[in-house]
Amino acid sequence: MSGWDRFLDSFFNLRVAAEYLPKIIDGFWLTILLAACIIATGLAAGLGLAVLRALGIRPLNWLIVFVVDLFRALPPLVVIALLYFGLPAAGVQLSGFAATWLSLSLVLMAFAEEILWAGITATPKGQWEAARSTGLSFLQTLGWVVLPQAVRMVIPPLTNRTIAITKGTALGSVVAVSEILGAAQAGVSFSFNPTPLTLGALAYVVLFFPVVILGRWVETRFAWKR
Amino acid sequence: MTFDDFLLAFFSLDILRQAWPILWMGLQQTLLLSAVVVPLGVLGGTVLALLSTVRHPLVRWPLMAWVDLFRAVPPLVLLVFVYAGLPFAGLEVSALGAVAIGFFLNTGAYYGEVLRAGIESVPRGQMEAARSTGLTRGQAMAWVILPQAVRNVLPDLISNTLEVVKLTSIASVVAMPELLFQARQAQSVTYNATPIMAAAVIYFLLLWPVVRLLSRLENRQIAGRR
Repeated sequence: MSGWDRFLDSFFNLRVAAEYLPKIIDGFWLTILLAACIIATGLAAGLGLAVLRALGIRPLNWLIVFVVDLFRALPPLVVIALLYFGLPAAGVQLSGFAATWLSLSLVLMAFAEEILWAGITATPKGQWEAARSTGLSFLQTLGWVVLPQAVRMVIPPLTNRTIAITKGTALGSVVAVSEILGAAQAGVSFSFNPTPLTLGALAYVVLFFPVVILGRWVETRFAWKR
Repeated sequence: MTFDDFLLAFFSLDILRQAWPILWMGLQQTLLLSAVVVPLGVLGGTVLALLSTVRHPLVRWPLMAWVDLFRAVPPLVLLVFVYAGLPFAGLEVSALGAVAIGFFLNTGAYYGEVLRAGIESVPRGQMEAARSTGLTRGQAMAWVILPQAVRNVLPDLISNTLEVVKLTSIASVVAMPELLFQARQAQSVTYNATPIMAAAVIYFLLLWPVVRLLSRLENRQIAGRR
């Protein structure tokens, strides 16, 4: 067998590919489910924190800033390890899916809060004053006047950050979530052939290539107007 | 579970004393790893960014595909692919080698995008003026354009570097004895969550100043742009 044949037999082995493709496809859907959960809870929590911070309660804001800094400084895999391997010591055993979901949601929450808050502070003060003078309450002003402008301003960084954190779903493989990477690694150890990994990498490309292109498009579409 | 039990499970000084030597080794390894992969990523990114100034379609399109491909595949997938896959192609790579290759491909693409944005933010007149003083294209790039480009995207560069240092934690998956790996080892030997907690605290203390700095730089950037 020539080197090229051996390469093909290792990385593009059709028999192995056919056998493990269904597993990878299951992993594909699980990755999408996990990502959707993370995006929903992470962005919602981030928005919630940003709104709380806008209330301007000093001690509360210090706490928010600390929590945000904490989850910006900790590597996501460390948070996952702490929740999955550490919490059982406190009598709480999370599933791998729950640990990954919770960890990455916290991380996304921190980044989203930071970005949204920057957008809120960048909205001109006159917008607040004008809105309040028309008789809108504080929360109405925030919800109907300031946030729409703030969110529009920060869509590019928010999109890119969300994409980056969503790719962290692959970390779930470390805590036995059989998302794409987990399914692929299991396939490699059963078949002793790296073709499932090739399939896994392809699945990620199929999933995230359009998302990366979308990120690029969003970046130019909502570019800062100087 | 009482509060004392909780302290014993997560903040036990006894366990910390036992685990400290290997945690310390892990921290050194993490710092060493960062000192290897950050310069590698910057180097790769600079090459990509310089190539992006070439307008020829035969350079432009493959370059874009390369960058988007390696931004689409999660770094952990890339790392596992290199570490577990390459031996099947007859290339035995050490854990450090696999980390270096994986990080070079992934973070190089990210640094490349940041630096490209930086180069594009420098007005064309700068290049024309530099060339008209008699500098060659290379000299103008190195002494006039790049310094300004780097300054313009400094917050993004620091932010990317922070992410890379955090990302070194995934090297634990390929058994590199860095901080998270050592903490996991200590945790599984002692059946106690203190080592992982300690690792988290170390990461936080190490990276918090960077997060604070970034938060300031980013706010200034957004405020300046409105």
